[in-house]
Amino acid sequence: MHCLKYGLTTNNLLGLELALMNGEVIRLGGRHLDAGGLDLLGAVTGSEGLLGVVTEVTVRILPKPETAKALLLGFDSIEDAGDCVARIIGEGVIPGGMEMMDRLAIKAAEDFCGAGYPRDAEALLIVEVDGVAAEVAGLTRKLRSIAGACRVRTVSESRDEAERLAFWTGRKNAFPAMGRIAPDYYCMDGTIPRGRLPEVLARIRGFSEQYGLPAANVFHAGDGNLHPLILYDANVPGELEKAERFGEDILRLCVEVGGVLTGEHGVGVEKRDLMPVMFSEQDLNQQQRLKCAFDPEGRLNPGKMFPTLHRCAELGRMHVHQGQTRFPHLPRF
Amino acid sequence: MKETFRPSSAAQLREIVRLAAEGRIGLRIHGHDSKPGLGPPVAADYALDLSLLNGVLSYQPEELVLRARAGTPMTDILEALRERRQHLGFEPPDWSAVFGASPGRGTIGGVLACNASGPRRFSMGAARDHFLGFTAINGRGEEFRAGGSVVKNVTGYDLPKLLAGSYGRLAIMTEVILKTLPAPADAATLIVRDLTDETALRVLRLAAAGPLELSGLAHLPAGIGGEGARTVFRLEGPMASVTERLSRLKMQMQEYGPCENPGAAAARDLWRRIRDADFFVQDPQPLWRISAPPASGAEVAARIGADRYFFDWAGGLIWLLSERAADIREAVNPTGGHATLFRAPDALRRSLPVFEPQPPALAALEQRVREAFDPLGIFNPSIAGL
Repeated sequence: MHCLKYGLTTNNLLGLELALMNGEVIRLGGRHLDAGGLDLLGAVTGSEGLLGVVTEVTVRILPKPETAKALLLGFDSIEDAGDCVARIIGEGVIPGGMEMMDRLAIKAAEDFCGAGYPRDAEALLIVEVDGVAAEVAGLTRKLRSIAGACRVRTVSESRDEAERLAFWTGRKNAFPAMGRIAPDYYCMDGTIPRGRLPEVLARIRGFSEQYGLPAANVFHAGDGNLHPLILYDANVPGELEKAERFGEDILRLCVEVGGVLTGEHGVGVEKRDLMPVMFSEQDLNQQQRLKCAFDPEGRLNPGKMFPTLHRCAELGRMHVHQGQTRFPHLPRF
Repeated sequence: MKETFRPSSAAQLREIVRLAAEGRIGLRIHGHDSKPGLGPPVAADYALDLSLLNGVLSYQPEELVLRARAGTPMTDILEALRERRQHLGFEPPDWSAVFGASPGRGTIGGVLACNASGPRRFSMGAARDHFLGFTAINGRGEEFRAGGSVVKNVTGYDLPKLLAGSYGRLAIMTEVILKTLPAPADAATLIVRDLTDETALRVLRLAAAGPLELSGLAHLPAGIGGEGARTVFRLEGPMASVTERLSRLKMQMQEYGPCENPGAAAARDLWRRIRDADFFVQDPQPLWRISAPPASGAEVAARIGADRYFFDWAGGLIWLLSERAADIREAVNPTGGHATLFRAPDALRRSLPVFEPQPPALAALEQRVREAFDPLGIFNPSIAGL
């Protein structure tokens, strides 16, 4: 939830020990800050266990901010909340956390743990700023003024640490809260450009009507990572399949608006067959060639990430003939 | 070098690479050629100049993302960002002067291919951490894409990380997508004078581990820049925050030595000189760039025993002038870090590995990874054995 300001896993990893499929054990990175050769550490991070077996990690530790404050901002429309997100960043503020919830998610979370969320809001933003006292005070004033310009309906500001944590409990319990209103839920994970949020949520509402399944939305608004929760009942024949098709439509939509299939949960088996929505065959072949460099026999997590498995020998072939030309028609300097 | 190709479109570039692959012809790849002599010496018959593949393609400040052709001049990118009060968090250096090229040159593709990162790297990450996606041509002459235009993305392998710092030896980038950030409203620099290396690096780490969010942590031993020893701290952010943090930092540092605040222009120039290793522009001696755990920085420098060197990244980066190559790697190796022969006469670069030699298993893996992208080894082929 804090990655807009503090980075993702990959940005906070310094070193790995990795067992390769040929039995060798290598070290990538260490306690220093940049790679001595190719940045294999970067390539292995998030590779879903397809390249090697990680046996040790070195992570970077950051000092905890001295003070932090959370604001709850309730809006009458998703558009206003989305506008507020864009303006916060447009004004040069990078909050420590910025989360959005839609009406169904707000209501479910509030029923579940009474975090003090405005039940009648169409959209809720939780914005947290952290740092030294003067910075937090200044940013809080700025956020209030930006929110005011975005037609905010309700504003609450955490007065102490207990209240700040209470503001977060609703968001952090949004998933279990769904368990009270539906027997099953299917959690999606895609990322979109922040500015396309209102449009994407409107189209998710359209899908929701089309499939006859409700969806609640929680959104890491700071970084565009969307988590629609599709509510269904696996005991009703056909609902699981409908939920899956609904989810697939959402992910295709994420790519259509310039986003990606997965923001943090990975491709695995579930999204494997959607990879061609985002990547061409050539893109995927190049990715598989990297896999071949690490694991030529494809023994690590076979069946994950790639929709079509090629044999490494086939991908390695080069169809070139000895050239006769000396490039007569190409521009020279 | 026989000739230089200068494609004006990705399609032309693809064709050049295909024909080069057919003829097994090596290509020396560059943009503005602002860092000639960085990396292992290249043995190629032809040069490939990418500077015509330039231009910012889209910039959305509110999405914090910029897409540009790889040959876009850094000056154009920085200007576009400045107009919207944004910047690149990794503070890209301009190493052209160190390599004797005309200043202000350099392209975004070159910066990324070298993973070139300035003082802010310690707090904000390197170029690789701000590199979201790309389109490139592999050694087969095929175009491929990876990454995306959003920060939070784990779809497929993170190939932008792999291309960052690959020195043009995996693929030729044609378009790149970068994360941009709001530029800080205010900045302040504090200089503490006359500290020994060991004390200086200790107080730098002390400050880095505290809550004051330092964005620059350097130490210039006596003689660097023609002055006594200077330990330099930088704070950035909203004005009220910088004021509070500066006064707290001053209180913390007063016990170590005399403190002073240079004016804004002098401070900017000092950080530029640190960023660009500008103190060593005119020197004929070989220049080394050493990456070590910050806590080992002072010890590494002491073991090498060079006359002229300085520290950035709270001791994690050492710039050092020395003729004694063997001593350097011997001093760095036990820390797990590495030393790059950053700038040296051709003869020395032909007789010494420019990059730290890797253990055999890792070297073999790197070679397989290179072949996965450039199976015939036509991109920046190095002279045999290096």
